[in-house]
Amino acid sequence: MREKLVIIGNGMAPGRALEKLLETHPDRYDITIFNAEPRVNYDRIMLSPVLSGEKQFDDIVIHGDAWYIKHGIMLYKGCKVTAIDREARTVTAANGTVEPYDKLVIATGSVPFIIPVPGNNLAGVLSYRDLDDVHAMMLAAKSRGRAVVIGGGLLGLEAAAGLNEQGMDVTVVHLQPTLMERQLDPAAGYLLGEAIKSHGIKVVTGANTKQILGEKRVEGVELSDGTVLPAGLVVMAVGIRPNAALAKEAGLAVNRGIVVDTQMRTSDPSIYALGECAEVNGACFGLVAPLYDMANVLAAQLAGDTVASFKAEVTATRLKVTGINLYSAGDFAEGEDREEIVLRDAAAGVYKRLILKDDRIIGTVLYGETGDGPWFFDMMKKGTDTTALRDTLIFGQAYQGGSPLDPMAAVAALPDDAEICGCNGVCKSRITGAIAGKGLTSLDDVRAHTKASASCGSCTGLVEKLLQMTLGDSYNPAAVQPMCKCTDLGHDEVRRLIVAKGLKSIPEVMQQLEWKTSCGCAKCRPALNYYLLADWPGDYVDDGQSRFINERVHANIQKDGTYSVVPRMWGGVTSPKELRAIADVADKFHIPTVKVTGGQRIDLLGVKKEDLPGVWADLNAAGMVSGAAYAKGLRTVKTCVGSEWCRFGTQDSTGLGIRIEKFMWGSWTPAKVKMAVSGCPRNCAEATCKDVGVICVDSGYDIHFAGAAGLDIKGTELLCHADTEDEALEIIAALVQLYREQGRYLERIYKWAKRVGIDSIKANIVSDLEKRRRYYDRFVHSQKFAQIDPWEERVNGKDAHEFAAMAEFGVPAAAE
Amino acid sequence: MADWIEIGSVADIPRRGARCVTTPGGRVAVFRTMEDEIFALENRCAHKAGPLAEGIVHGAAVTCPLHNWVFDLRTGKATGADEGQVRTFPVDVVDGRIFLAREMIAAAAE
Repeated sequence: MREKLVIIGNGMAPGRALEKLLETHPDRYDITIFNAEPRVNYDRIMLSPVLSGEKQFDDIVIHGDAWYIKHGIMLYKGCKVTAIDREARTVTAANGTVEPYDKLVIATGSVPFIIPVPGNNLAGVLSYRDLDDVHAMMLAAKSRGRAVVIGGGLLGLEAAAGLNEQGMDVTVVHLQPTLMERQLDPAAGYLLGEAIKSHGIKVVTGANTKQILGEKRVEGVELSDGTVLPAGLVVMAVGIRPNAALAKEAGLAVNRGIVVDTQMRTSDPSIYALGECAEVNGACFGLVAPLYDMANVLAAQLAGDTVASFKAEVTATRLKVTGINLYSAGDFAEGEDREEIVLRDAAAGVYKRLILKDDRIIGTVLYGETGDGPWFFDMMKKGTDTTALRDTLIFGQAYQGGSPLDPMAAVAALPDDAEICGCNGVCKSRITGAIAGKGLTSLDDVRAHTKASASCGSCTGLVEKLLQMTLGDSYNPAAVQPMCKCTDLGHDEVRRLIVAKGLKSIPEVMQQLEWKTSCGCAKCRPALNYYLLADWPGDYVDDGQSRFINERVHANIQKDGTYSVVPRMWGGVTSPKELRAIADVADKFHIPTVKVTGGQRIDLLGVKKEDLPGVWADLNAAGMVSGAAYAKGLRTVKTCVGSEWCRFGTQDSTGLGIRIEKFMWGSWTPAKVKMAVSGCPRNCAEATCKDVGVICVDSGYDIHFAGAAGLDIKGTELLCHADTEDEALEIIAALVQLYREQGRYLERIYKWAKRVGIDSIKANIVSDLEKRRRYYDRFVHSQKFAQIDPWEERVNGKDAHEFAAMAEFGVPAAAE
Repeated sequence: MADWIEIGSVADIPRRGARCVTTPGGRVAVFRTMEDEIFALENRCAHKAGPLAEGIVHGAAVTCPLHNWVFDLRTGKATGADEGQVRTFPVDVVDGRIFLAREMIAAAAE
């Protein structure tokens, strides 16, 4: 019979331990987990990007439900363990479940420290610990009111930055004279304070909180000097305490945390503890690297390896706030037996300090430029004698040996046990071993197999170099095609980084992603403009100068420099009034050609640029708006007459087409989107060669997509069936939103679908209704900012400079 | 070259954009770069006469809207694999006001 393993707590440490254990001994235990939080295991380090809106919860899940099912693990969510009976070897949960164990692991984590001042229990006083706290903060931030964050450490500053990003007016109150004093020396703390302030966050240091004011809800914070800071939200981030209450009640040895030996054993040989709740040799831990070390030791113990033991290593710290680069490790207090090397570059905002003892690095503080952090850290861990490097040490690895080192050689020179990924504690040999042993060929493979670069991503460059080094010529990073000659990054990477780093303008993207040209080119600028517009609706201001002329002047340029104008005809339906207006416009402006298009509307060709606003004004006056015939956006929704007239029609295809077009017009997409709705399978609207096509049937609507009838000819794929018009509309909008978020600029839907796979699209749109709803909601949100008729705007004077010469010195004879 | 004629101000042209000046001989495209440098070129692509003023301006170059030829605004020469040349005209900027040589406007009218 299998031994019974019970785990109390489902955070990152036990999650990692289980992963390790299951790698080697998948069948050894019958496993049950009790999680007080009502959810699966997620990456707590990444809560800050969730708070700031850069990531969603789905993005930070480590083990989804499927993982537990696959491994046969019973996971009780939202179920707190209330007692451990060591005699009977059982645990009892709040819901009454009594679970026997052979081995028990306590991983109850920590609880936030709440400072004992009056008012600390008012509504609106939060801590920053789990997803519920993040949700509460995001909800509070909707008021866009004032927030006070008590605590200027790592967590407090990330919370402050997140709330600031959510639009709140944030003040950080910190007891010490400089920020993050546990990780930074005063000089770097000062620079950090200035950078935080430049983000619009107020900082009060040397401030002692006297009380929190308010009747029922928090109204403000009073400091001991009498200052009152009004606030509708107070976040306490002053530290954590090991959560050892349960263990203590069970009679286990407890000091600050649950006392364990270096093999994670508590005072009861059948019970282990790890993570933030555990205390090893008198020390408790809060950063992820040592917790993962504990997880490795525990996994080994549970697998029967009694040799593995935990050794507290120095750990490095990084701050996850966009635009602030900070790295610190080790001990940086001054002392008589210590020397320091300092480099400052005020103009560049760089501060670097190394603390040496007996010619060995014992501490590092880097601000502004942190690339050499891992190199210094490695020497520090190894106790490398730096005498020979002394003169140029502070300039970093690239300066050693006189001339800048080839970056590949620098990576090759790293020892096998050099840590590459700090978040997940992955060393070089583990990555190179996995590449060689498992035949990995891409960054995604390495992320999947080793977790390296899968959390904060700051080691991605190193991992890529390891791939290149290990695979040699057979590594083809150009599986990632660069966007253009201005960058080495591919479209997907750029899109990912825009969201992850919260980049909100073209100059910011170019600066942060190290563009090689000063202002891009005609390939990347329109792409970036679209990505920013799609990713930050309502926030990003469209850059007209980065748009192709057609989208800038909302008409199609022709070979002679004149333009064509196509008004919308919803679902291809027009009226005598519209037709009269079109005829009048053609006469009035001497428009040489009037033609019916393939998309069931009318094209006016040969309009002079300076006449465009006049043409639009007359069309607007008859109720017509831009048909966006020039746009990487929704073009036409072609329809047949459907059940209203046709003897074969099964549904109102014309009405649905009009509804879709009125709902979706104005949206920008990676490339043009053409749709059609046919009222029966005879398919008179030719829906099965469109980007999105609907075929009406008796029972409802078959939704097709990914067709093409241009350079390539391709029939559509069937996405799914919808019973009602409402459902059809939701599916189509969600599908287009998914495409808007994943598509590469100029990549049509059929090419996108081929690249990501029909199954992955179905997984997002068809099988998971919640996901579908989220995509739909995001589409609806972005439409709020998109459905403005560009013609009307220009009739009213927008971009007037586009439609008039700067100066006139005679009529150009050639033009007439 | 004493006789300059004012055609407008730098602020009349969007950064990374262009405006046209009409002359009896055709249009002159006046470009403004990200760094506020001003260049004047014949508004006629050497390839198929596309209106360069409608192109995307990047660095000191413009991409023609018709077939994506790229011209160096300083020299008027096509860059990359394409071969061709567009006429350039001297401009002078004083106090944010842009001047074109009067004889050049006449020359454009040839």
